[in-house]
Amino acid sequence: MKKIKQIQIVLGSAAMLGIMGIASAQDLVVVSWGGAYTASQQKAYHDPFMAMKPDVNIINDDSAADGVSKLRAMNEAGNVTWALVDAVAADAIILCEEGLAEPVDHDTLLAAAPDGTPASEDFGDLIVSECFIPSIVYSTTFGYRTDLVKEPPTSIMDVFDLEKIPGKRALEKRPLGNLEWALIADGVNPDDVYDVLDTEAGVDRAFAKLDTIRDEVVWWEKGAQTPQLLADGEVVIGSTYNGRLFSAIEEEKQPIAMMWDWQVFDLDGWIIPVGGPHREIVEEYLHFATDTQRLADQAKFISYGPARKSSAPLVGKHATLGIDMAPHMPTAPENAKNTLLYNYVWWADRKDDLTERFNAWLAQ
Amino acid sequence: MNTSATYSEIVKTADGIPLKVSLAKAQRKSKVRGILLVLPLFAFILLTFFIPIFDMLFRSVENQLVPEVMENTSKLLVNWDDRSGELPPEEVFAAAKMDFEKGHAERTILRVGRRLNYEVPGFASLFRKTARRAKNFEPPYQDAFIERDKRWGEVDTWRLIKRESGAFTISYYLAAMDLAYAPDGSVGMRGETQRIYLKLFWRTLALSAFITFLCLLLAYPIAHLLSTLPLRTSNLLMIMVLLPFWTSLLVRTTAWIALLQQEGVINDLLVGLGLLSDDGRLAMIHNATGTVIAMTHILLPFMVLPLYSIMKTIPPSYMRAAKNLGATPAVAFIRVYFPNTVSGIGAGCILVFIISIGYYITPALVGGTDGTLISNFIAYHMSVSLNWGLAAALGVILLVVVLVLYYLYDRVVGIDKMKFS
Repeated sequence: MKKIKQIQIVLGSAAMLGIMGIASAQDLVVVSWGGAYTASQQKAYHDPFMAMKPDVNIINDDSAADGVSKLRAMNEAGNVTWALVDAVAADAIILCEEGLAEPVDHDTLLAAAPDGTPASEDFGDLIVSECFIPSIVYSTTFGYRTDLVKEPPTSIMDVFDLEKIPGKRALEKRPLGNLEWALIADGVNPDDVYDVLDTEAGVDRAFAKLDTIRDEVVWWEKGAQTPQLLADGEVVIGSTYNGRLFSAIEEEKQPIAMMWDWQVFDLDGWIIPVGGPHREIVEEYLHFATDTQRLADQAKFISYGPARKSSAPLVGKHATLGIDMAPHMPTAPENAKNTLLYNYVWWADRKDDLTERFNAWLAQ
Repeated sequence: MNTSATYSEIVKTADGIPLKVSLAKAQRKSKVRGILLVLPLFAFILLTFFIPIFDMLFRSVENQLVPEVMENTSKLLVNWDDRSGELPPEEVFAAAKMDFEKGHAERTILRVGRRLNYEVPGFASLFRKTARRAKNFEPPYQDAFIERDKRWGEVDTWRLIKRESGAFTISYYLAAMDLAYAPDGSVGMRGETQRIYLKLFWRTLALSAFITFLCLLLAYPIAHLLSTLPLRTSNLLMIMVLLPFWTSLLVRTTAWIALLQQEGVINDLLVGLGLLSDDGRLAMIHNATGTVIAMTHILLPFMVLPLYSIMKTIPPSYMRAAKNLGATPAVAFIRVYFPNTVSGIGAGCILVFIISIGYYITPALVGGTDGTLISNFIAYHMSVSLNWGLAAALGVILLVVVLVLYYLYDRVVGIDKMKFS
């Protein structure tokens, strides 16, 4: 009897060791946007990191679009399984304010630039929240069908000009960006856009401008919709993320061209969920995956600009197409003549009520 | 005498236990067994259906966050008369300073800011601005607060905090019905440009009723055909009815986009045939038409199947007898056949109507702006705006509307008349 017990204990501890053996290969759940974007992260960050650390296994989860709500639900349930989440700046701010993302000290956590510039300076004002580690700058901008417009659009005014550009146009189904564009197209000085929007009359003015093209707009919700609508000829011009337009133009060779005027910059980057697993490896990963070279590497696979100033000169050619990526970056000087950066603080206050008004306007 | 006689009358089993007792024992056993057999399913439904739903519904009134994080302030605000037109006393400001400091350290105070921002835009930044500095505020705190942001010197700011400092709130329900508090605390309709949900509820009901009607119109002849054809042919037809049922919902919806869009198959065909000019292509998708077409197609089997199973049970001899007695085919149909199918119509209609009232993915993909339903907005508030309280309130209202309609249906048609087979 005693012997059997002993055998049981031995077997039991052997099994325990076995489990620990498996557990020591660390599974890191990294949440991102899927598609070409996750693929670019896999090639530029995940693969080299896993080659360096053979016992780490990165698992991609493509639910970043619902990241904030899922993270909040996990946090309420007290079981956060995500190690690292890719979030847009506005979501990162919310997650930070709700206490769902960890604040970080950028200079101690992240690598300095090759010339020794500390990370916080290298990223500069792109660090819009103490929880946010920026990785790319992307923009929401316009693509148009070169064969379906009489003359190519050159400014944001043309988007609102039904005579110069007749036909349907695609805009994102949310007030962010559209209200700013409407006001700029209506002649408001771009520096004053948010001051104008602060007044009731300014909001009315933006909606009145949108009213002029209302019947000709197809509203999109997912970034993939506009390239599809353009390819099908359903719209002649439409806004979407510049990386999506890049693949439609350069990879799929569609008759589409870019119209960069008043592209709206936005940021995407990492946040560490509060209570998430494997904090130490996550920090190691972040130190590696956001250094100057890695950020420049990602631009080989997708046309989004690296968030570090020091990465810009290192941006090279596309990994498979072999074309120079620098001119396709939203940050390239040729493209960035007129750019707008969201006023995140302003939108944090007004997103709820203006979205409601926007939806009511749509439902009219 | 009497007692002994009664005693002897009790029937006993072979081992001397009264039959009644032993019978009850056996019955109890089978009862327990029955309960035990149902228990896993019951527990499953309780855990995965009722508890999550009630938890979600509870969020529509729950407001723990504000009194919990602003504990000191809420307690003192109870004694402040918000109609006096004067700011709360200094002790309230001192309590607010404590709450802000503690909330900032625990990273909870900005949640309150975002919560109150649902009521009045601007509170998110007011709280963000104040939380960062509250630690350094020096008495008198009233001046320190007002110096940081002049909104702290407005009575309306404190009225809002007082109003929303209870453990429960009705403000989500007000928002869900396009109502809002005026600054003075009275309830009224929202501004013209902000009203949306009543319109959406109405649209959801109207479109669902229309889709149900279309389904009935299309399904009735098919079901009749299915029930009268010989078995071999009707089986083949039945497979064709069920085939879309086995195809992924997303695939079917996307297929409709390819068919209906302006440069799509149907428009190309009509233009090619010369029925439409190239500029006059029909807009059949990304609007209410798209929602109606795609949802009618998707929900059709839900109407065909109950109708078919009822029609199958109507003996063909009924119609023959009616005709024999001199009825024209139309009269025979209206007086004899149709009344026999009412229970199937009821079952099919209620199935299609209730499914379509909560339908989400198809209207989201093909609904555009005037074809989206209330469920799309519930999803929006769940995953984008994170206003779970409002999402819950909209859900509760939808649930109540369905239950009321179900009750009316029961009163008018009778639920017991509903048959699925």
